[in-house]
Amino acid sequence: MTAPAPTRYPRPHVALLAALAVFYGVFAVSDRIDPYYLDVLVGVGISITLAVSLNLVNGFTGQFSLGHAGFMAVGAYLSSAVTLFLGPRLLGEEGGSAFGQGALFLAALVTGGLSAAVAGLLVGVPSLRLKGDYLALVTLGFGEIIRVIFMNIEPLGGALGLNGIPAYTNIFWVLAVAAVTIFTVHCLVHSTYGRGFIATQDDEIAAEAIGINTTRYKIVAFVIGAFFAGVAGGLYGHFKQTISPAGFDFNRSIEIVVMVILGGMGNTVGVILAAILLTLLPEVLRSVAEYRMILYSFLLIVLMIARPQGLFNFKYRFGRAKS
Amino acid sequence: MTEFLQQLLNGISLGAVFALIALGYTMVYGVLRFINFAHSDVFMVGAFGGYYLGRLVPEGTLWGGLLVLAGAMALCAGLGILIERLAYRPLRGAPTLNVLITAIGMSLLLQNLGQYLFGATPRAFPEVFPVTNYEVGGVYISSNQIVVIAVAGLLLLGLEYIVHRTKIGTAMRAVSLNPKAASLVGINNDVVISFTFGLGSALAAAGGILYALNYPSIDPLMGTLPGLKAFVAAVLGGIGNIPGAALGGLLIGIVETFVNGSQWSTYKDAIAFAVLIIILLFRPAGLLGRFSVEKV
Repeated sequence: MTAPAPTRYPRPHVALLAALAVFYGVFAVSDRIDPYYLDVLVGVGISITLAVSLNLVNGFTGQFSLGHAGFMAVGAYLSSAVTLFLGPRLLGEEGGSAFGQGALFLAALVTGGLSAAVAGLLVGVPSLRLKGDYLALVTLGFGEIIRVIFMNIEPLGGALGLNGIPAYTNIFWVLAVAAVTIFTVHCLVHSTYGRGFIATQDDEIAAEAIGINTTRYKIVAFVIGAFFAGVAGGLYGHFKQTISPAGFDFNRSIEIVVMVILGGMGNTVGVILAAILLTLLPEVLRSVAEYRMILYSFLLIVLMIARPQGLFNFKYRFGRAKS
Repeated sequence: MTEFLQQLLNGISLGAVFALIALGYTMVYGVLRFINFAHSDVFMVGAFGGYYLGRLVPEGTLWGGLLVLAGAMALCAGLGILIERLAYRPLRGAPTLNVLITAIGMSLLLQNLGQYLFGATPRAFPEVFPVTNYEVGGVYISSNQIVVIAVAGLLLLGLEYIVHRTKIGTAMRAVSLNPKAASLVGINNDVVISFTFGLGSALAAAGGILYALNYPSIDPLMGTLPGLKAFVAAVLGGIGNIPGAALGGLLIGIVETFVNGSQWSTYKDAIAFAVLIIILLFRPAGLLGRFSVEKV
């Protein structure tokens, strides 16, 4: 894999600001858009955030994680706890001003993201010493453990989950978070520091031989990925207004993994396209929704045999055969 | 004390099933060096095979039960060989990650095809073996538990015989030791790998039926948790190590049964993963495995 060329001037920053302005414009006219389309768009934005953040771990750093839904659950629960339990005290019973709600929601999302990042650190430090199959399995195991723990916490609703979460998520928040995620991952990977992720993915032994601390890179990727998964979880909770441990199971993790693989590991544009495609597909083809998981699993097998670098990847070759 | 013995017995009969599934993981890992995620779903297909075959034989007879067992094992052996041929063989020599993703895809495909074909609602598994309950010194033993332990024990002995006393078993061990050298001395690796998949899948099918005898409610997703726990058992014993897998299976079964009987019972599904994480941190090669260093 060739390293991406470094950017000389801050084009991504300008793009981020422009995107945020456009999204605010969309939000300003969102009253006139069909609510159904807005809901679909919110789903797309959350998927993009999840897929792009997982791509940092699975794609750029080459560590196969199967526990992204677990971090999403941590973010969803913790941020919902902030708005549900702290919100009424801070804003009063009437719900407070729009600005107050916005500030509370931002604080809730950051709390969700940070707690997911802490969970990512706790999971990552022991498990990232492992490779390939083992790592996939341990992350899967941790995802399940996180789910079982939430099932057993009665103040957070136990197996039934949390209800009545305020509907703070709107189209601006979702698209802004997606844009910030893409921006962060892009800038990180294209920075001097970020070369370490790609070196780790390319050849771990060679990277270690030239003095790169691969374990630290893996943990950094993992923690940042978990942070954005947590924020996405917070958005999801305040969008659906009800969350339960069953909503963050293994299948949810697989859905995100399929987006990353379909888009091509380590190819942000492809992953975004795949996230959009896979979120729209069940909406467009209602009749297919039932067979969605059959289709996903079949896609995984066929892609790995016929096009392992991903459907939307025209630049890189992902992985190499071992000699 | 009676309580302890009762739990121990229940744990052994659960552990025997985990051991049967774990053997499939460990054998495939031995020859191909990857985790066959689809193995847990072959276990599920085995249970469903038993469900449909169980209707063809008279209920509650020993020979009928054994016939069902043999039929399901043959069916799953075929399925295992087919899976290997279609999904894994085209990826021989591909990066580990690609094979791993394919295996996850295959597992999901079997689960979802199962939900499509068999329906998602759980079904009651027929009583294919005669059922009686015995009481020995306050410990309750069901005939199903005896069947589970006896069948698992016999299959383990049979496997030990195949691996150590037959030509194909020797070839399996050779491929596991060094695939290139094995093909240099005239072993057809593809045949050995197919045979390994068939053998492992047959054991998984037996595990599926034995599991369903004690927990007679089967559904297309039933394989996931026992499969993961059996994999943990294989890692616990040292992956690639056949006696290790049997030992690990028994240990996981016993630990889980004791946790289930304690005040921490709601955490019983998490305990296997906790064991896995501890093992990988402190003794990654497993109890009976040997540690190896990756060479460039």
